[in-house]
Amino acid sequence: MKRREFLTLPGSSLGGVLLYTLAGEPVRMQAQTGEIKVPLRFFTSAEARVVQAACDRIFPSDASGPGATEAGVVIYIDRQLAGPYGRDKYRYTKPPFVESVPEHGYQGKAAPREIYREGIQKLGDFASLAPAARDEKLRGIETSTFFRLLRQHTIEGMFSDPLHGGNAGMIGWQLIGYPGPRMSYREEIDKAPGQAYRQKPASLAQIVGHPVTGWEDEKG
Amino acid sequence: MPQIKPVDVVIAGGGFVGLTLAKEITARTSLSVLVVERGQPRKLADYAAGMDELDYALRFRMMQNLSEETATHRHSAKAAAVPIRQYGSFNPGTGVGGAGEHWGGISYRFYPEAFRLASFLREKHGGTLPENLAVQDWGLSYEEIEPYYWRAEQMIGVGGRAGNLGGKAVDGGNVFEGPRSHEYPIPPHKQTYATTLFEKAARGLGYHPYPVPTATLSRTYTNPDGVTRTGCAYCGYCTRYGCMIGAKAQPTNLLMPLLAKRKNFELRTGCSVRRVVHQDGKATGLTYRDETGAEVFQPAQIVIVASWTLNNSRLLMLSRVGQPYDAATGKGTLGKNLTHQVSQATRVFLDKPLNAFMGAGGLGIGISDFDGKEGVDRFAGVLRGGNIRLMSTGEGPVGGFGAIPPGEVQSEWGSDWKKAALAWHDRVASISSEAEHLAYRQNYLDLDPTYKDQYGDALMRLTLDWTAHERAQGAMLGQIQGQIGKAMGGRVGPPNSRLLERYTVTQYQSTHVNGGAIMGTAPESSVVNPWLQHWQMANLWVVGGSAFPQNGSGNPTLTILALTLRAADGLIDRYLKKPGELA
Ligand SMILES: Cc1cc2nc3c(=O)[nH]c(=O)nc-3n(C[C@H](O)[C@H](O)[C@H](O)COP(=O)(O)OP(=O)(O)OC[C@H]3O[C@@H](n4cnc5c(N)ncnc54)[C@H](O)[C@@H]3O)c2cc1C
Repeated sequence: MKRREFLTLPGSSLGGVLLYTLAGEPVRMQAQTGEIKVPLRFFTSAEARVVQAACDRIFPSDASGPGATEAGVVIYIDRQLAGPYGRDKYRYTKPPFVESVPEHGYQGKAAPREIYREGIQKLGDFASLAPAARDEKLRGIETSTFFRLLRQHTIEGMFSDPLHGGNAGMIGWQLIGYPGPRMSYREEIDKAPGQAYRQKPASLAQIVGHPVTGWEDEKG
Repeated sequence: MPQIKPVDVVIAGGGFVGLTLAKEITARTSLSVLVVERGQPRKLADYAAGMDELDYALRFRMMQNLSEETATHRHSAKAAAVPIRQYGSFNPGTGVGGAGEHWGGISYRFYPEAFRLASFLREKHGGTLPENLAVQDWGLSYEEIEPYYWRAEQMIGVGGRAGNLGGKAVDGGNVFEGPRSHEYPIPPHKQTYATTLFEKAARGLGYHPYPVPTATLSRTYTNPDGVTRTGCAYCGYCTRYGCMIGAKAQPTNLLMPLLAKRKNFELRTGCSVRRVVHQDGKATGLTYRDETGAEVFQPAQIVIVASWTLNNSRLLMLSRVGQPYDAATGKGTLGKNLTHQVSQATRVFLDKPLNAFMGAGGLGIGISDFDGKEGVDRFAGVLRGGNIRLMSTGEGPVGGFGAIPPGEVQSEWGSDWKKAALAWHDRVASISSEAEHLAYRQNYLDLDPTYKDQYGDALMRLTLDWTAHERAQGAMLGQIQGQIGKAMGGRVGPPNSRLLERYTVTQYQSTHVNGGAIMGTAPESSVVNPWLQHWQMANLWVVGGSAFPQNGSGNPTLTILALTLRAADGLIDRYLKKPGELA
């Protein structure tokens, strides 16, 4: 049997409540302490650390607010790769695989999880590098299919519904002032033009009042 | 092969068209009607839990599963086609309601002269038309389709403001549209900050803005079938999603409630139609693969193909009905006149937040001053134009992230990028266009010789590319978009000129793919007659956007539904009384 792999994170790194100072600078309030052990579905612990380090350079935690690490982006990506998307359940994967013009997009055989495995391997000791060296490494692979996926998935993990494993504490939504999926803006749609409508975000599960299963968790 | 009880009418495809036909036939006749749909049933109650951008807008959870079936594309007959392996410049639907469940609801009429485009262009330009132009007349005039537009508008509940009532221009509507016999069934939507800015700017420039017509109900409405739907809540989970309150016209809340009560109606889901069966010039039924994997022959008196543009042509080709089009000789009709729609968009960076997550698929303001025949003569090489509009369709937090004025940051990731993306977030609007796509001899459909679907049947192959005309249309529209964007007080990004360089499969444009089994005045030049009845097989009807000889500029579904209602009239009021060729 495959040994269970975990990603160990300091509890204080994940999610949290964002407050804005009068100057508009985000300030993080943290409640959690201790360690969180997140069971991994696809990555090995070592792989998860590389991906986390890379996502953290793509969407860093810095003066403009929290980033991929606080949002738990690596957890989001791990679940996507373990699920049907990562296995290419919904992509046309019949041969022959022929290289074509860029307008035809990715024509390769490898599924996202294979692209990641190979991409991570090429990053080698990435997680132990200093930030500047990490950036340099990423610059070197910027045009690769792997990096394009990684960048796209980082944004998805920041801002998709927390039901998919990222956007912990809806920290991504707090960052951009997104209120979450709401049933109605009938009253608000044409009120206060040009003024931000900013509410404390609510997740889909909170809105519908029951847990929602993501596509990645579907059987089969 | 198990053979089952014959039915009077069998319909391949339970989408917008198939279920509309079933509604008409079961209401007005006692014929037994069976709809065979490859996907699964749906209900409104499922849609609230579908307010999830990742699964629905980014992973296309409601769309056709491409691993089972896709299409292939090549830019010319000389190039090799490859599969569209992932979505995609268009998004075919599946399941009960088809793409009609996750459409945006925008409901334009086409222009009167668009129905006689070949004649119109010849009269206007004589011999100077581009080589290889293959536009044709529809065999149906605007006057003939107008009552069906009106019926379709009432059925789905289109909100808008008429711009031409019985030939009189009405300020505030699209003054360039064809004459309407009636005002829209309901008023337009409320508007947002962004669409209001666009309206003011367009008006200030002397253009004629109008609310985009839409079937996403501005208020509660009861249609002539007695179906009541509630008004839109502007939640923004609209295009690519099912509407949980049923404000958007969707077959599941518009047609299924009626059909569920009809004794002469049956729906079989999870059943993929593979062939139209025919003998001695007459359709005898169809075969499908059912959910258990068994191949079934369903006999029927009348066969209707309503499986969306690409599958309509594909089913005919696989079934060897009609003569496939040969681009080299111009002979044959099946597969010819494939069109998409010409898209162009310009981003406008504004100084105030837009709350762009609020909206509806059809909420917007448009102008048509450079649409159809209007305004194009000032632009070299442009024969037909397109609409220009700003839509508040409801922006998702993932898809809406990262729009930054060009040149502001060097990288697309890292601290500087993040800071800029956050600073601009929710302050970016897009002015977009859809222009008429003319038909050309070199754009067509045929069966792919290499790639197969899950059953081993050949995929549809699209041979399709843009020409100088589409690039000229794009340049014209981009220029006006930029002009309006500046007048809105925004910083304006460059128009997306790369999109029209070459047909690009990787960028969504619209699911307005049409043609292939086109209607027309003669069997030599078309597949179906103006009633959408097959020229060679009087008891076979091929219904949908597959019948468009070329594409109009507005979104196509209202025209598709008008043609569908007219086909139903032809079938019920004429064919059943006197079976045989109607035209
Ligand atoms: C994201 C999106 C947004 C859109 N927005 C707009 C808009 O705002 N305005 C507009 O005018 N149009 C819009 N459209 C287009 C609109 O959805 C279509 O024009 C319309 O649904 C066409 O109706 P149809 O019945 O031909 O196809 P569909 O509604 O797609 O139905 C076809 C049905 O046939 C079934 N089928 C296919 N092959 C088989 C087979 N072999 N066996 C059995 N069943 C089969 C499919 O599963 C499907 O249910 C949009 C489309 C999409 C995808």
